[in-house]
Amino acid sequence: MSLNPVSTPAPEQAADVILSVNNIEVIYDHVILVLKGVSLTVPKGGIVAVLGANGAGKTTTLKAISNLLHAERGEVTKGSIEFNGERIDRLSPNELVRRGCIQVMEGRHCFGHLSIEENLLTGAFTRRDGWGAVKRDLEKVYNYFPRLRQRKSSQAGYTSGGEQQMCAIGRAMMSKPSMILLDEPSMGLAPQVVEEIFEIVRDLNTKEGVSFLLAEQNTNIALRYATYGYIMETGRIVMDGEASSLRENEDVKEFYLGVGGAERKSFREVKSYKRRKRWLS
Amino acid sequence: MDILYSIFIDPFVQMVDAPDLLIQTLWEGLVSGVLYALIALGFVLIFKASGVFNFAQGIMVVFAALTLVGLFEIGVPALLALVLTVGVMYVLAVGVERVMLRPLVNQPDIILFMATFGLTYFLIGLGELVFGGNPKSMITQELYLPTGSVDFELLGGFVSLQKLDIAAALIASIMVAGLAVFFQKTRIGRALRAVADSHKAALSVGISLNQIWVIVWFTAGVVALTTGIMWGARSDVSFALQIVGLKALPVLILGGFTSVPGAIVGGLIIGVGEKLGEFYWGPLVGGGIESWLAYFIALVFLLFRPQGLFGDKIIERI
Repeated sequence: MSLNPVSTPAPEQAADVILSVNNIEVIYDHVILVLKGVSLTVPKGGIVAVLGANGAGKTTTLKAISNLLHAERGEVTKGSIEFNGERIDRLSPNELVRRGCIQVMEGRHCFGHLSIEENLLTGAFTRRDGWGAVKRDLEKVYNYFPRLRQRKSSQAGYTSGGEQQMCAIGRAMMSKPSMILLDEPSMGLAPQVVEEIFEIVRDLNTKEGVSFLLAEQNTNIALRYATYGYIMETGRIVMDGEASSLRENEDVKEFYLGVGGAERKSFREVKSYKRRKRWLS
Repeated sequence: MDILYSIFIDPFVQMVDAPDLLIQTLWEGLVSGVLYALIALGFVLIFKASGVFNFAQGIMVVFAALTLVGLFEIGVPALLALVLTVGVMYVLAVGVERVMLRPLVNQPDIILFMATFGLTYFLIGLGELVFGGNPKSMITQELYLPTGSVDFELLGGFVSLQKLDIAAALIASIMVAGLAVFFQKTRIGRALRAVADSHKAALSVGISLNQIWVIVWFTAGVVALTTGIMWGARSDVSFALQIVGLKALPVLILGGFTSVPGAIVGGLIIGVGEKLGEFYWGPLVGGGIESWLAYFIALVFLLFRPQGLFGDKIIERI
């Protein structure tokens, strides 16, 4: 497996940033504090991974950006989110999709009673550029996901997990996005299928120029495909860096990759990370 | 023995003896079935798109019909009144979305169901305030609906079909066919079905729920108006008409809450079943079967096929 070049500058210094999240705080139901000052940036055309265990706040971060939080009675109470230099914290998901930022939710969420093709077409709901253009993009999605072409008239609810994940990503592609927020694409899938899906993600990234922000528990594969990574723990970002350097980091290796670190047995010996707080946000 | 004979044999002997009566009964059953189907259709539309059983559908029928007649009474030409009533139904849809659905988004279904009760009483109050409580007669002729009947000789007897009933059946069929095409083939129709499947996923691909809800309630309003005209022409336009709304319940249980074809077939079965039951089996228990037979059929269906004839199967991956 080829590794990505390490030459990309740290996203925080890069001039063309597509998405920047500054010190956001998220509260559910007016009482439950879930994110405590999360900041991250995604460069144009980059693949950035948010990693961490269950309940670390990865999904909440993604939903805060796509503003699906609102539907779950969550709220961004502090900080700001900018997409292409424009504040998006108050936009509805509908307006956000129209501007080119779309989320693929955790657990796929295909429309079970619609056929695969109809699922893909719902992704084009916000588009105004006519049936011809939509038809061309449908063809393009089928070329990226040949398996979907074979199953195009079957009800999505009856397709396999991998096909549903492909359908969900394809459906997002139909909105002509410049950025996809991809939540846990590997969930519940066979390793081979996960590999297949990540290959397609990379393809979409290089050929279509779509930027990705992906939340993953599968640290190993995420760090192989991403250029930059953030590690979250209990609602904070505790570490970030180039994917290649994170891969080499001893603690990441031990906690998330399950290799090395045999000599350290006690938690007392484990460093606790606290990311330097960014005061200027 | 006698009782078995009169339940299982005698009604069929009667049917064969007087086929003209049988056909007349079947026709009447079909016509009321078509109208039940129209009401059920209004329920199905809203249930599919917002997962809410809209208790107010019955009163929407009355309200639409009252608005139409009321506008005509103050001197608006009939066809213009029809257009204006469609406009009123649109305003109602926007109002329902703004005042009721939007603030209650993500609340449990039962809360929204209760909200439709509130809407029912609001519409009753508003209707009485504006149009008064007296029954009115539908402006059948002014809307160019045919009156009178077609009589012809058939199988040694006379069968008489009301022209109005024929028109009702035709209009309902056109409406249903139109809706089916709308649901299957158009961008908005696809979005409607997507919303019915999963609100969250629909939101995530950029479908605007608010827009969809307005469209759905407006469509249900137009269906209610059509139903109101047809029912109103057969009896008259009064608040008692909302009782027919309840007849949609057994139709929905039979056909499935989520299926447009189900509403049609369910409506026809209930309509025909009711009339046949009343005519041939009713005398056994002293008549009056018509008012409860539909609910009895629905009960039997709930036992054996709770999703209805055509309702969405629950797809689950294991």
